[in-house]
Amino acid sequence: MKPFSLTQPKDADAAIQAHAKLPDAQFIGGGTNLLDLMKYGVMEPKSLVDLQDLSFHEIGPGSDGGLRLGAGVTNAETAEHPKVKKDYPLLSQAILSGASPQLRNMATNGGNLLQRTRCYYFYDCATACNKRRPGSGCAALKGFNRIHAILGASEHCIATHPSDMCVALVALDAVVKVRGPEGEREIAVEEFHRLPGENPEKDTVLKESELILSIELPSSNFSKHSHYLKVRDRESYAFALVSVAAALQLSGGRIVDSRVALGGVAHKPWRARAAEDFLKNKECDRDLFLEAGKLVVKDARGYGHNDFKLELAPRAVAEALLQAWKGQES
Amino acid sequence: MNNSSLNKVSFTVNGQTIEEEVASWVTLLDFLRERLHQYGTKKGCDHGQCGACTVLVNGKRVNSCLVLAARLEGKEVTTVEGLSSNGELHPMQAAFLEHDAFQCGYCTPGQICSAVALVEEGTASTRDEIREWMSGNLCRCGAYNNIVDAVSEVLDAQKGVRV
Amino acid sequence: MKTKEKQGVGQAHIRVDGKKKVMGQARYAGEFTLDGMLYAYVVSSAVARGKVSGIKTAAAERIEGVKGVMTHANRPSILSENDDDWRDQIAPLGRPFRPLWNNVIEFSHQPLAVVVADTFEAARCAASLVEIEYERGVHTTDMVAARKDSYHPPSGKIAYNPPPETEGDPEAVFATAERKIDVTYHTPDHHHNPMEPHATLAHWNGDKLKVWTKTQGVMNTHGFLAGAFGLDEEQVEVVCPFVGGAFGCGLRPQYQLVLAALASRAFNAPVRLTLTREQMFSFGHRPYTIQRLRLAADESGRLNVFMHDADGETSKFEHFTETVVNWGASLYPAEHRKCTYNLVPLDLYTPLDMRAPGGATGVHALECAMDELSYEVGVDPLQLRLINYTETDPASGLPFSSKELKACYQRAADSFGWSRRKPEPRSMTRDGKRLGMGMATGIWEVMYMGATVKAEWKPDGTAVISTASADIGTGTYTILAQIAAEELDISTDQVEVRLGDSSLPQAPIEGGSMTAASVGSAVKKASSQLRKELDEESSRRKSGHSVTVQNQPGEEEETHAKYAHSASFAEVEIHPVTGSIRVSKLVIAVAAGKILNPKTARSQILGCATWGIGMALQEESVLDQAYGRFMNHNLAEYHVPVNADVPDTEVIFVPEEDKEVNPLGVKGLGEVGMVGLSAAIVNAVYHATGKRVRHLPIKLDSLL
Repeated sequence: MKPFSLTQPKDADAAIQAHAKLPDAQFIGGGTNLLDLMKYGVMEPKSLVDLQDLSFHEIGPGSDGGLRLGAGVTNAETAEHPKVKKDYPLLSQAILSGASPQLRNMATNGGNLLQRTRCYYFYDCATACNKRRPGSGCAALKGFNRIHAILGASEHCIATHPSDMCVALVALDAVVKVRGPEGEREIAVEEFHRLPGENPEKDTVLKESELILSIELPSSNFSKHSHYLKVRDRESYAFALVSVAAALQLSGGRIVDSRVALGGVAHKPWRARAAEDFLKNKECDRDLFLEAGKLVVKDARGYGHNDFKLELAPRAVAEALLQAWKGQES
Repeated sequence: MNNSSLNKVSFTVNGQTIEEEVASWVTLLDFLRERLHQYGTKKGCDHGQCGACTVLVNGKRVNSCLVLAARLEGKEVTTVEGLSSNGELHPMQAAFLEHDAFQCGYCTPGQICSAVALVEEGTASTRDEIREWMSGNLCRCGAYNNIVDAVSEVLDAQKGVRV
Repeated sequence: MKTKEKQGVGQAHIRVDGKKKVMGQARYAGEFTLDGMLYAYVVSSAVARGKVSGIKTAAAERIEGVKGVMTHANRPSILSENDDDWRDQIAPLGRPFRPLWNNVIEFSHQPLAVVVADTFEAARCAASLVEIEYERGVHTTDMVAARKDSYHPPSGKIAYNPPPETEGDPEAVFATAERKIDVTYHTPDHHHNPMEPHATLAHWNGDKLKVWTKTQGVMNTHGFLAGAFGLDEEQVEVVCPFVGGAFGCGLRPQYQLVLAALASRAFNAPVRLTLTREQMFSFGHRPYTIQRLRLAADESGRLNVFMHDADGETSKFEHFTETVVNWGASLYPAEHRKCTYNLVPLDLYTPLDMRAPGGATGVHALECAMDELSYEVGVDPLQLRLINYTETDPASGLPFSSKELKACYQRAADSFGWSRRKPEPRSMTRDGKRLGMGMATGIWEVMYMGATVKAEWKPDGTAVISTASADIGTGTYTILAQIAAEELDISTDQVEVRLGDSSLPQAPIEGGSMTAASVGSAVKKASSQLRKELDEESSRRKSGHSVTVQNQPGEEEETHAKYAHSASFAEVEIHPVTGSIRVSKLVIAVAAGKILNPKTARSQILGCATWGIGMALQEESVLDQAYGRFMNHNLAEYHVPVNADVPDTEVIFVPEEDKEVNPLGVKGLGEVGMVGLSAAIVNAVYHATGKRVRHLPIKLDSLL
């Protein structure tokens, strides 16, 4: 970890100004990933702008009957919030499947959006990684790539986004509200994270010194039939190999609307729109869900160690839809 | 090259007030161990992957290896050393001892802090829920069965609910 | 005073050191401080083979608080030039590794420089600024590809038994056998990953060196330091009162010890060096094995051919050997037998004994193969073991000193509900999950070594037991107190046990499940003698009388084969869609002689259960062959079981009286419960799915 200055602004505008002015600045929310990466020397900011004194630590009503999640609210508080549990159980379930109680007590919603990949090579400064050091190459392409992407990867990077929360947010059509030196804007979570292309060093579309203020959840018709399925190598405290956020709006057994998003398969949470379109107006059925799952991997490819995801991802989609159909236990 | 900036900060550790200029790059874990020489809080991985460094900040369990001490203004920190009073063990410490919920003892302070928070959180009541909500604390000696027994006993006693 | 019946040997007693541990007062190696202490941080190699062509330290040295950077080029030249001086008690044959010896790189993560500073943060920062220039060599780290270079190992390492002699004509008989299997198993590299990382505080006082260091044996470390630094034994003191887990990685002194002592000399101050978790992947590990099992049986299931051929990994500088292929020869008779064991040299650090070394992997393959044979012959897996049960050791022809394995099978099977198992694979389900049941046998050789103990009577009627043994979490402090209390007829709480200090009477390393037998017997002898002397002259009772007694096993020829045994039964639930595997039930029955403390004994077996789950389903140190480097070098990606992975586990101790093994009649517990457990789980996975996975760990990838 290299030396850095710590600045503690009292409001969002001061934080943005500080970030813009200070050399190599990073915002710090919970710090669970940033400090982790700084200790490994993967990230070396010269300035940290502390966000804990900002007034974005609340969950309250959003627009049009939706819900606003302050960016500074912890993952734990978000998952346990009565309104989240009641109207967005998918989100609560996704958050609680991630990390550990301790980390969820620290990690913030804004920080979770900015979580970085778990790629072994990204984390190890002795190896080549275009995300960590642009132009150095991607050692994962021909290396140990069991946890890597099967969708939307490029020859420069096959890393995956590790968040559980973001997969649910994509399924729920959440929107990120940000403010920067040039004012405020809203970005759909689905558009917030990007594919690696030629610039894997960029995880998101955030511009310089833009600060995440809140996550806006639209009102949801999916609270009765949703499920977050996380497939991983141990029962708890492990990142997803593949995860699926599935939600159904049903009329009898007929699917009026659906949401399918996947984690662990791409550089961003992966919204499976083809599967959603396919499900529309069809009757719920196990085989139907399997068909929908297969659509997800239509353009997918494996890199060796992660080939199993080509089989696992469609199965996980089918299973998550099945569980969503059965409904939430309450 | 100058080191990380100094930040004036005031917080408490087990009730004792700390008022110091702390270098920004010092974590709470290293502050406890190397500045206060309170070694009860353990360093297992230094990256939030093992839970050995778990302490309570304002009553919530956190990994102290990922907390910057300079960000603790006004906070109350409780470590394993702050759980017992006058040599009297906290019920969770007593339960860990009675159920042999450890072997080498290195993960134990973190396990106990985590378990104390678990009881306070009120989210876990069955044995399987205890397992899940204690999964942020690795125990390489494999005392998990006994840890669940210890936590169950304290939950029982505190809530009058059979687990 | 409490009565002897409640306090002595055989009674469940809470740990005598437990209160310190739950209060955070137990001090581990990296938690000692001295005035003026400096912090050291290691810079590790990014390449697996080659040379250091240059080291740039200027940027590191500019960090405020940095005292300097120590490299091979500027380290104090006080180290012995002689290989023998570097060979600790546990060292395999070969050339021991010497850190910062020269510019040669022999494995990835090799220590290449040490930064010393007045704070941990400054040392860590400066370490990241040290620039190493490499002349890259060509490395070989692929076990499968390197098998062509395998060789027959020299024996000579402690606790290594060369394969038993070939009997009969196994190859020819196997070739024509009707009912046979020929299967090959792979077990991967594992890292011990105790929760406490390796740490040393070193301090020179003139020409005397004192270290507080993580070790499973202060005497081994003591002798090693004297050798490596060319000191007399009186010039060295080693202290380690508590060990935060070790599982074998504290058996041999590791490089942080040498570097801390070197740095302390170089910077003329006490220096503490703690390895990072990543650096805990930089030295010894359980070696990769490739094992071929060829078994043939008659129609009743009786084995007539037994062949076990293994390749084990070693480094290019030492011949690491462990006992992999011998276990079958002491479990199952077979007229035709052949066992071979060869080494494959790789550009990695030398492997290191890890919990149940050789047994964990060797018996895993053996007991999976026996399961395969049971289906081949059409006999229930448990029945197959009973058909091949023996009361004399086929390898030596000697009777067992005691063997309650049959009772282990019986009691564990009853408790588990083995009779409910349907023989066909894929025949059982529960709540939509595939259900599987598997079993396996465990075996571990009883070890017993000499030890010296001082027993002292205090004026206040309490006693002090001192010996340079260790408590790595196994409960040594507690059982030694119990043994002494029984002999002295006082309560366990009135016995103070002092361990982990090289100034105390000599004891062996704590490993191989031999401490209870070796040190316990010496404590019994010393306490008994103290009691006798006191009885003879009761006035001495208050005078601080002490005795120091050496207990040495006899040298007479063995008349018995001495083994502990276990039987493990596992149930797994497998998600039919995602392939996720969960162990839902475990029953382990153990016959290991006398149980000194059922409470701490049970904890040891529970630990074994956790390790078995990890070995079967999770643990694997993954190499990137291009870099020759372990890549999942952290606890987020090197998975060890979490609480949620371990079901309620039943531990059964089968009574077993043994008058031959040692005066206490104990056989040791730290290993035997783990041996075979992974096989029971893997066999259960086969029963659930019909898929035989012969590479560990079994992950869901292979079940889709």
